[in-house]
Amino acid sequence: MSTVIAPAREAVRAVDRVAAARRRVSAGETLGQTLMMAWRALKKMRRNPEQFFDVAFQPILFTAMFAFVFGGAISGDVESYLPLMIPGILSQTVLTTCMATGTQLREDLEKGVFDRFKSLPIARIAPLAGPMVADLLRYTIAATLTFGMGLVMGYRPGGGAGGVLAAILLAIFTGWSLAWVFTWVGTIARSAQAVQGISMMILFPLTFLSNAFVPVETLPGWLAAFVRVNPVSHLVTAARDLANSAVLSGEVAWTLLACLIVVAVFAPLSVRSYKRHM
Amino acid sequence: MSITELGRTGGGPAPGGDTDPAVRVEGLVKTFSGHRAVDGIDLEVHPGEIFGVLGPNGAGKTTTLRMLATLLKIDAGRAEIFGVDVAGNPHVIRQLVGVTGQYASVDENLTARENLWLFGRLQGIAAPRARRVATELLGRFGLEEAADRPISRFSGGMRRRLDLAASLITRPPLIFLDEPTTGLDPRTRGQMWDTIRGLVADGCTVLLTTQYLDEADQLADRVAVIDHGRKVAEGTPDALKTTVGDSTLQLLLADPDEVPAAVEVVRRVLGSDPVLSPERGRLNVALDQADLTADVLIALRAAGLSISSVSVAKPSLDEVFLALTGHETDKGDKTGAEESR
Repeated sequence: MSTVIAPAREAVRAVDRVAAARRRVSAGETLGQTLMMAWRALKKMRRNPEQFFDVAFQPILFTAMFAFVFGGAISGDVESYLPLMIPGILSQTVLTTCMATGTQLREDLEKGVFDRFKSLPIARIAPLAGPMVADLLRYTIAATLTFGMGLVMGYRPGGGAGGVLAAILLAIFTGWSLAWVFTWVGTIARSAQAVQGISMMILFPLTFLSNAFVPVETLPGWLAAFVRVNPVSHLVTAARDLANSAVLSGEVAWTLLACLIVVAVFAPLSVRSYKRHM
Repeated sequence: MSITELGRTGGGPAPGGDTDPAVRVEGLVKTFSGHRAVDGIDLEVHPGEIFGVLGPNGAGKTTTLRMLATLLKIDAGRAEIFGVDVAGNPHVIRQLVGVTGQYASVDENLTARENLWLFGRLQGIAAPRARRVATELLGRFGLEEAADRPISRFSGGMRRRLDLAASLITRPPLIFLDEPTTGLDPRTRGQMWDTIRGLVADGCTVLLTTQYLDEADQLADRVAVIDHGRKVAEGTPDALKTTVGDSTLQLLLADPDEVPAAVEVVRRVLGSDPVLSPERGRLNVALDQADLTADVLIALRAAGLSISSVSVAKPSLDEVFLALTGHETDKGDKTGAEESR
């Protein structure tokens, strides 16, 4: 260090730097910074492969388990249950995956590097949105494995490849949108464990009090009422319509609308509580 | 508490037309749940100087720095950096200031090179240049060999160096260093000092916090001493040291009741009063020259006063504090925990 003679550099002049300073972050810069943060998150995933355990095992395990346990009782046999169940598992898997976003963000926030992110002249949303962009990879893996497992077990989606692809894309988008809820939880909770607990409390009613695994008609009236308005039910129905009959139903629109509302509410909330953080 | 003005205030506006001070702080306040961690601090840092903020744990040093770096909200008072209001233009301030914290703020999951690349790219540096700057900084900080290793295997000194390198990517005109050498071994510490001096040679201004008087002495052009969120003294390190002498003779009397007699002896020999430590029977005597030790000891012997322990030390922050505030640094004070995060 001291022995190295630094190459002659132009002296730093403060007045020039004040004059050249930008007043705010542009939309283009925000996007670039978000993608850099996504790059960081991908590097992190590659070096901690255990982050892929949930997205790899859950679809395989749950698909087999639910099909054999519930198949006979609900649809008579496993094979006729699959068209009903696979889109349900798809929604559940994607939701569980986006829950991890909050826990990981919370752990990340406690690290020193977030101090530096805060001190850099970058968009406040970039450190939050970056990992979510990287998480698209996890959703894709989870969704693809769910359908793959279904195919292995004898599921033959009537909607064809196009319908299945559309269902997967819709599920990924929903997962990304709902991840903002868990990101927000990640910025307000005191510890990663707390995030986990709160997220479970949000997640379980949403997935199990939906039409993901059972027909709504079998439920008592008050429960059916909740199940019908539950956004997860809309996603499940939309995914069934797309995968099983390639129908672009109104459910798709409802799902997209619910997603946009969630992002519009929880993205600003997350940024606000992140700014207050630390 | 009055502010002791020590000696001349060095520095002054640097030639080159930079008329605004690098940092101007007036009446800065930060309150954590009712406790005023920073309680009305005024500072003025001139461009091109190294300014040291000296104080014990929990004095409010880190909190002050974090407010100036836009990491904490300013509760009251005003702060300007190169004439730009900190609270009103956080985005501009972040482009002017490089921050190196007490705890290395680099990404554990990335290699050293990837860290520098990420921070460069985030600040809008084009890919080829970000790569070049990363390589240059790794070389300058002696990290080439470790460049592609994960940070988790780095030593404390290497992390600090990488952390400082990461603050220099855009060559900010003002650099904040929060206790840059705490926890480093003496050799690494000396290297860090050289690096910090090099920054100023480049035209940067440095604001650093430290708990060590010798570090402030080695590096800083001017020093502000902070205690309980307030500035208790400001001046050159030399002026600061004169208040406590060049070295300190620490005496422990065998009989604590003989303290008044010992004070009388010291006054006769040196013409100044020793500082009484809260510990019974302990006296700290500021000496202009270490040679005077013998004179004091001989005089004590002649007066028939018995000493159970004696040592001569460089004045530490404790002595400065004792001399300036009349109380010792509160080492066990729990306010330190609030300050650290």
